[in-house]
Amino acid sequence: MADVAIPRAKPQMSEASAWTQLKHNRNWLGFWFMVPAMAFLIFFLAYPLGLGIWLSFTDTRIGRVGHFVATENYEWLWDDSIFWLSVFNTLLYTFVASAFKFAIGLYLALLLNEHMPFKAMLRAMVLIPFIVPTVLSALAFWWIFDSQFSIISWSLKHLGLISQNINFLGDTTWARICVIFANVWRGVPFVAITLLAGLQTVSPSLYEAATLDGATRWQNFRYITYPLLTPIIAVVMTFSVLFTFTDFQLIWAMTRGGPVNATHLMATLSYQRAIIAGQLGEGAAISSAMIPFLLAAIMVSWFGLQRRKWQQGESND
Amino acid sequence: MSSVQIRDVRKSFGNFEVLHGVTIPIEDGQFVVLVGPSGCGKSTLLRMLAGLENITSGTISIGDRVVNNVQPKERDIAMVFQNYALYPHMTVAENMGFSLKLRNASADEINKRVKRAAEILALSPLLDRYPRQLSGGQRQRVAMGRAIVRDPQVFLFDEPLSNLDAKLRVAMRTEIKELHQRLKTTTVYVTHDQIEAMTMADKIVVMHDGIVEQMGTPLELYDKPDNQFVAGFIGSPAMNFLKGHVRVNGVATFEGPNGVKLPLKTAPAGSDGRPAVYGVRPEHFTIADDGAEAEIIVVEPTGSETQVFAKVGGEQVVAVFRERHQFNPGDKVRLKPDPSLVHLFDDATGKRMNA
Repeated sequence: MADVAIPRAKPQMSEASAWTQLKHNRNWLGFWFMVPAMAFLIFFLAYPLGLGIWLSFTDTRIGRVGHFVATENYEWLWDDSIFWLSVFNTLLYTFVASAFKFAIGLYLALLLNEHMPFKAMLRAMVLIPFIVPTVLSALAFWWIFDSQFSIISWSLKHLGLISQNINFLGDTTWARICVIFANVWRGVPFVAITLLAGLQTVSPSLYEAATLDGATRWQNFRYITYPLLTPIIAVVMTFSVLFTFTDFQLIWAMTRGGPVNATHLMATLSYQRAIIAGQLGEGAAISSAMIPFLLAAIMVSWFGLQRRKWQQGESND
Repeated sequence: MSSVQIRDVRKSFGNFEVLHGVTIPIEDGQFVVLVGPSGCGKSTLLRMLAGLENITSGTISIGDRVVNNVQPKERDIAMVFQNYALYPHMTVAENMGFSLKLRNASADEINKRVKRAAEILALSPLLDRYPRQLSGGQRQRVAMGRAIVRDPQVFLFDEPLSNLDAKLRVAMRTEIKELHQRLKTTTVYVTHDQIEAMTMADKIVVMHDGIVEQMGTPLELYDKPDNQFVAGFIGSPAMNFLKGHVRVNGVATFEGPNGVKLPLKTAPAGSDGRPAVYGVRPEHFTIADDGAEAEIIVVEPTGSETQVFAKVGGEQVVAVFRERHQFNPGDKVRLKPDPSLVHLFDDATGKRMNA
């Protein structure tokens, strides 16, 4: 009896202990903590993205189930000069606007980091463009740049500088300048406030030490502020580039891609082809064509964001 | 190297004056320690010397040159900050060579001087490390290295040891003093720790509420404090103070709290009956039959000496003995201050009364 009972008891024991082990396994537990976030990301990000890419390989139209057409949509786009114009526009828009946002944002951050009267109020004011809904500010710009009622044209005429209204949104060059200006106006607060937060983490005694070491104000910036700010610059500019590249609202409210597609970005062109014209497959292909560009931007920031050697912890190697 | 003259310097922040006319002469090569409780204005004075704060009135000269309106970088001074202020993104070598780089020194020159300073401070193996990878004492040495690389006229130290643990602090104290003996550069050192002041200084300046209470060598201040503040500030354990009156009838004595009689060598002329404060250092008590009656409260042996807390005339005093007396709490002993070493201060002004 005894030698039969013993082997029976054993598997029960080990089964129980395996379950207990699993319960106390950090990785197993960690997996379950991750599940909600993972489910959220998969359901709302990865799945729609996959669906979008799938759509770009079909000839789906509104109201008609599409068929798989392999890379036909992309082949069409390859020969589509408007698509290439929108790629050019997007790159131009992103680089020029981001450069201005960085320069102006850094300048404002440095300015607001100085001691000055009404500092708190000025800091709050800088945030205003950020809190106004994009479409509302775009509508305001639309009026500011209106061909007939533009306040800029009106003012310049009254000053006697011009005799005729400037056709801000009707001229290809002016239209590009105007949308970039509006984007910069809207994007500067984010850059400025984030960089200001970064500036405030720099200990004032570093500037005092550098001043005693003989640094001028420029050298203080060049050798102390800028290098200490680079990690934050990398983060903020990555976000800024991503947001600018995928911009839609501002353009759509101001120019709808016109005049003569001069301000059509990839996002607006995709919307126009997919929703307005109903060519869902082609629109999805344009959207998917943004992915390599965005990946490239993320790669750049990935290397820019890597912890620099001086940021590493107190290891002794 | 050069002398420093601080003449009637005042500093106000708005309407609030923090320094009320401070005059301190500093000789070439001297190690001067500014010491005082927090808020006494010592750090502000140091920052004015460095050029980081404006001088409201008065003059500061380095060498023969009045530097009131001279830019910090033109003053030829180097400062060691309390938090070291090392540049986190530069290696030890870059930190030390930064000032030379700004002066467009050649790479060879920078290399040579950084290496020399690193040898003096035993930093040679650490030159490629970043500040984050260093211990507190090493960071402290890098901060000093940054100062000595420049070979300045004056070194300024702003509480450089207060971020270190007790043991390291003692070691760095010796290192700084040794460094000064080797380089002989005029040094102004700010601290709130009187032991640092006593052990390191050629000259101590005791500051309190924006004025200089007393200046002198460590032992002058210890043996002959000008006033009750200095007497209480310098020395550890602190001097005992007993309030009472001077009595002169034939022989001078001091009548302490509850009528306790304490010996005086001489009484200052016309001081009979004057309210005064009797000061005696803990180590100037002896056990003697003609001493004042005292009841022992706590005995703290440290090995080299024994601190004894006792009540004299109802007031607590502390006495330090090198001999190993067998005391127990509650014992009654007779404590006698050495009359030639006691201090007498005016009760109202705190000024020293006896010679």
